Amino acid sequence: MSTADSPIAAGRGLCSCHVCQLVSRSTGTSRGQYCPRCGARLHLRRPGSVQRCWALVIASYILYIPANTLVMMETGSLISYRKDTIVSGVVHLWRTGSWMIAVIVFVASVAIPLLKLFSLTLLLISVQRKSTWHPQQRTRLYRLVEAVGRWSMLDIYVVTLLAALVQLGSLAIVKAGPAAIAFGAVVVLTMLATMEFDPRLIWDPLQKEEFHD
Amino acid sequence: MTDRTAQLIACHECDLLQRDIQLNPGCYASCRRCGAVLYRNATDSVDRTLAYTLAACMVFLGANLFPIFAIEVQGDRSAITLFGAVLSLWDQGMRSVSTLVLITAILIPALELASLTYLLLPLKLGKVPPRYPLFMRTLQCIEPWGMVEVLMLGLLVSLVKLTNNFRVIPGMALWSFAVLTLLLAAAATAFNARDVWAQLDAKRRDLESR
Repeated sequence: MSTADSPIAAGRGLCSCHVCQLVSRSTGTSRGQYCPRCGARLHLRRPGSVQRCWALVIASYILYIPANTLVMMETGSLISYRKDTIVSGVVHLWRTGSWMIAVIVFVASVAIPLLKLFSLTLLLISVQRKSTWHPQQRTRLYRLVEAVGRWSMLDIYVVTLLAALVQLGSLAIVKAGPAAIAFGAVVVLTMLATMEFDPRLIWDPLQKEEFHD
Repeated sequence: MTDRTAQLIACHECDLLQRDIQLNPGCYASCRRCGAVLYRNATDSVDRTLAYTLAACMVFLGANLFPIFAIEVQGDRSAITLFGAVLSLWDQGMRSVSTLVLITAILIPALELASLTYLLLPLKLGKVPPRYPLFMRTLQCIEPWGMVEVLMLGLLVSLVKLTNNFRVIPGMALWSFAVLTLLLAAAATAFNARDVWAQLDAKRRDLESR
C-alpha cells in the first residue's frame, strides 16, 4: 500500500487530541471543540501554526544578533578585567586549555540556536510551498530541533552560578551582561516556535483527501 | 462516538490513522509512515514511575536546600544554593534572566514531581484523584520546560571555569543534582501517559457505575 492513499485522521473527519491522543469525530463546526476525555481544545491542525511560527522565528533571528554581540559576562580580579561575549568566552576557554568545555559551550550556545533557526526556516518554507520533498527527512529534522532545544540554556545557568558565587568584594567579581537577557529570550522564543509548528503540515501535501479545519 | 474510534490511533506527527495493537511489555509501536513513536508498553509503568518520583522528590529537596559549591579566596569563603543564585541575579538587576532560571530549574521540576505524585499515588492506592485531566494536561504542557539535565551540565562547566582561579569545595547539592538528573530521566522513561489515562478512565467508570 503506497503512503499516498493511506488514511489520515483529518481526511476522515477524525481529530486526534494532542494531549491524550484520543481520536474523536470532528463536528466540523467553527465553534471550539473540546476533547471528551481530557478537555483540551481539539483542532484538525493547529490554527495559525505557520504564521505564529514565522513571527517567533523572525523575532529570534533579530534577538540572536544582540545575544552574540553584547557582553555576556564581565569578570574582574586584582590582576585582570575582561568582558566576554559568548564567542570570545569560548575562545578564552580554548586558549586556557579547557577544550572540552569550549566545544560544549560553543555547540550549546552558538551552533544549536543557529541550526534551530535555519531548520525551522527550512521547514516553514517547505510547508508553505506545499513541498512533497523528503517528508520523512523533514520530520526527522523537526524531531531533532525539538530534542536539542533546551540545551541552549547552558550558558544562562553558567552565568547565573558564577555571578552569584564570585562576589568577593574587590578581590574578584563576575557579572552577567546584557547579552544574557537577549540570549534567554532567543532560547524561549525558539522553543515556543518549535512547539507552535505542526509537523503534520509536512505530510499534508502528500494527501489526496481534502479536509477543512 | 468514542467507542467506534477507540481502536484507532492517529500519529501525532503525520496524522496517519492506524489500528491500536497489544504490545509486549517493554516494546513500543512506531508510525508506519513517519516512524514517530506512537505509544509504548512500559513494564510496571505506574509502580516504577511512582518509585522514581518519590525518590526524586527527596533528592530534589536536598538539591535545593544544600549549597552547590563553595569557593575560598584568602580565607574568604562564599557558598551558594540554587535559589541563592537566583536571588543574587535578581539583586544584580537581571530580573528576566533570574525569573527564567527560577522557572526552568526550580519551579517546573517541582511542579512536575508534585503532579506525578498527585496522579500516581492515589492510582496506586486504588483511588481516582479529583480533576486528574487537568493535571495530566499540566504535565504534558510543562514537560519541555524542565531543564535539570541542562543545569547539571551548567554546574560542571562552572566548576571547570572556577577551578582555574579558585579553590572549589563541592557541596551536597552538586551530588544531589547528579542523582536527580538520573532519577528524572528514569521516571520519564518509565512513565506511560497512555497507560495512566486508560487506568484512570477505567477506575472512574468503575466508581460511577457503582
